Amino acid sequence: MNRLIRWLLLLLLLAALPARAQDFDALVSGLAGGFAQQAEAVERLGSLGDPRALPLLRALSESRLMRAEGGGVRVAPNGATPSGPEVIRINNRVRVALRGALGRLQLVSPDPAERLVAADGLLRARSAEDIPLLETALARESVPRIRDRMDLALGAARLGSSDPAVRREGVAALGATASPEARAVLLSALGTDEELAPAVDAAVAAIDRRLALRHAAETAFQGLSLGSVLLLAALGLAVTFGVMGVINMAHGEFVMLGAYTTVVVQEALRASPTLAPWSLPLAIPAAFLVTAAVGAAMERGLIRHLYGRPLETLLLTFGVGMVLQQVVRLVFGAQNREVISPPWMQGTLALPFDVTVTQNRAWIILFSLAVLACTFAAMRLTRFGLEMRAVVQNRRIAATMGIRTGRVDALTFAFGSGIAGLAGVALSQIDNVSPNLGTGYIIDSFMVVVFGGVGSLLGTLIGAFTLGVMNKLLEPWAGAVLAKVAVLVGIMLFIQRRPKGLFALKGRAAES
Amino acid sequence: MRRFLLPGIVALLALLPLLNLLPEGHPIRVSDFVVSVAGKWLCYAILALALDLAWGYAGILSLGHGAFFALGGYAIGMHLMRLIGPRGTYGHPVLPDFMVFLGYQELPWFWWGFGHFPFALLMALLVPGLLAFAVGYLAFRSRITGVYLSIITQAMTYALMLAFFRNDMGFGGNNGFTDFKELVGMPLNTPFARSVLYFAALAALVGCFLLSAAMTRTKFGRVLAAIRDAESRVRFLGYDTLRHKLFVFVLSAMMAGLAGALYVPLVGIINPGEFSPANSIEAVVWVAFGGRGTLVGAVLGAFSVNALKTWLTSFAPDLWLIVLGVLFIAVPLLMPRGLVGMLRR
Repeated sequence: MNRLIRWLLLLLLLAALPARAQDFDALVSGLAGGFAQQAEAVERLGSLGDPRALPLLRALSESRLMRAEGGGVRVAPNGATPSGPEVIRINNRVRVALRGALGRLQLVSPDPAERLVAADGLLRARSAEDIPLLETALARESVPRIRDRMDLALGAARLGSSDPAVRREGVAALGATASPEARAVLLSALGTDEELAPAVDAAVAAIDRRLALRHAAETAFQGLSLGSVLLLAALGLAVTFGVMGVINMAHGEFVMLGAYTTVVVQEALRASPTLAPWSLPLAIPAAFLVTAAVGAAMERGLIRHLYGRPLETLLLTFGVGMVLQQVVRLVFGAQNREVISPPWMQGTLALPFDVTVTQNRAWIILFSLAVLACTFAAMRLTRFGLEMRAVVQNRRIAATMGIRTGRVDALTFAFGSGIAGLAGVALSQIDNVSPNLGTGYIIDSFMVVVFGGVGSLLGTLIGAFTLGVMNKLLEPWAGAVLAKVAVLVGIMLFIQRRPKGLFALKGRAAES
Repeated sequence: MRRFLLPGIVALLALLPLLNLLPEGHPIRVSDFVVSVAGKWLCYAILALALDLAWGYAGILSLGHGAFFALGGYAIGMHLMRLIGPRGTYGHPVLPDFMVFLGYQELPWFWWGFGHFPFALLMALLVPGLLAFAVGYLAFRSRITGVYLSIITQAMTYALMLAFFRNDMGFGGNNGFTDFKELVGMPLNTPFARSVLYFAALAALVGCFLLSAAMTRTKFGRVLAAIRDAESRVRFLGYDTLRHKLFVFVLSAMMAGLAGALYVPLVGIINPGEFSPANSIEAVVWVAFGGRGTLVGAVLGAFSVNALKTWLTSFAPDLWLIVLGVLFIAVPLLMPRGLVGMLRR
């Protein structure tokens, strides 16, 4: 079947290009002629746009083209340095012609990387002679990235034309892009052409607008990405701290445990070719269960004895965090562990206006929103959520209604810890998995909870994304560290105005 | 008997550097290492005392006292850097090495005056005091208490750590200050200097202890304890809790700054790592282990936990963090009143 198609294709080609094929052969034998004939053959081969000419011309320029018996030519292998009368020699005029022809031929080369290099070369040359060449190349080109470069080169070439109408066309084409290079090309044309100045100015302004828009879109995405990470880290806290009032300083270490669970699941499934690509989705329930179990054990074994003594709870959970961190360090080693992203999470996602976002960050934004939705559903729609809220509102009356408050406490804490584990799965995709993975996020997530309002999921959502976007907005002119400091100071000042956070609880729940 | 216990301990501690002067190989000679380690512990004890004043007496659990300690240390460190003068690697008469390296042309304004020892010492007290005043005023005024305050103080020291790690802050970036040469005309790194610094730390500890003891016995101290136990009730009785808390928080921060100022010449280095939240929280465990709400407990806790740390890290450094974590877990559960509480019972 395949062979049939190939034959058909060949036939089609032969039918379409009989004249050119003859032409080509004649020109190739011209390469072996005198210098003047050579130069003409090179020029014509260059503008013919036949990819077969490329290796021949390259061989000629590297003195590897030989005269063959019967009037044809043959190519010595790459890297060889043949000698003798068969080697075809060239002079300077031919060399100049070769340089131009090679550039043009590269533009239609089957290798995309070569086409890109050729487009770049033409963009630098900005010569009006290349216009038809670029137009034909553009008509064939299918790779978007190369098309963009060729468009740019074509616009630049048109700017070099002697015809004002063509120049105007070039300005318009360049003005429609969002590329800093097009902007530079336009600005360089500004000095040479008085007549075109207003059009160039307008085009530059249009590019600037688009660049600013793209920059804003990228900042917004980075902010959302950071916000989604904060949301994941803070959601568990919103449950344990916000709902139960237990301050869990080991929360960051639960996140870290989730990330290490991902590593373990990946290593365990590595041997199995069917399961290995699914290690990340499988790590999600595994991480939830592992951290939830640790959380439940911690609540039943330790925290339970300290209810009503928040400062002692803080110290105790901090101690648990230290122990967990050190144990993981002893078991897995202090160095970073690598987590391989599945193929569908790698690479970038192209959005309009040349905005590109990395796939894994886009997935994490979606994942964080899904986790938020699940948390909300669990708290509002399930029996467990109902009991949990009942215990929070009035423990003793809930107990008289037959709710086993101890069990609800353990489950709530396990639930919050499990969410931390989910955060760990997500973080393993964008951060180094190391024993102190969690410490970097814990203070920020507490800030999110305090800022958003303790006990409010909506507040956590808004708080996380506000802090994420604020951080990224401040970063360009304050640097990453100062932006962080500024946000921390900002929150401290904000708490002055709204001590209970953005979304303070109202009514009975607020009194405790 | 009990009357003589504390003076006896102080006298014993004062003997330590004198025993260091005995000839090498003498059976009761104390090595240089022991003197410098004990000097460090004295500074830690001052920090513990400061923390206990805020936490044990006024109920303000600060997780950022390490920041006040480090600021005090940086203030004296700046003085020590100025004293190096032209003896630095680059030999610049005024600018410290790191500034020459970073291309500074002149001393930044916030370094002015640090060539004078009294000014640096004053700053070691004033800067932590002012920071505590600002943070405390904002926090106490909006009635941020308990764990919220703890988190805010932790965020404070975290933010300061990030800021001091920056090279362009003008505080030496992540290398901090080191290679000190002398202090008040006394070359550092000699047994004599070590003894002098040791005595200074001991005197400061005794002074802080007596001051704290006197303060907690006054009516002011009783109001503080009342605020710790039932803040709103004290407020309803007409006391201005904001002023009480603010005063003790600022005093405590200045004490921590003093501890840092004594610590840096002893150990010969200060870097942003001192701001790390883990340092502050380690100081909390000293107080909790020794027994918060008792001044002796704070000092005892600082000594015993650090003794444990020095002993353990010498042969099993990996285990130290686990033991420290277990201390955090065990103290609130098993000995909420600390060592002193257990001994008294």
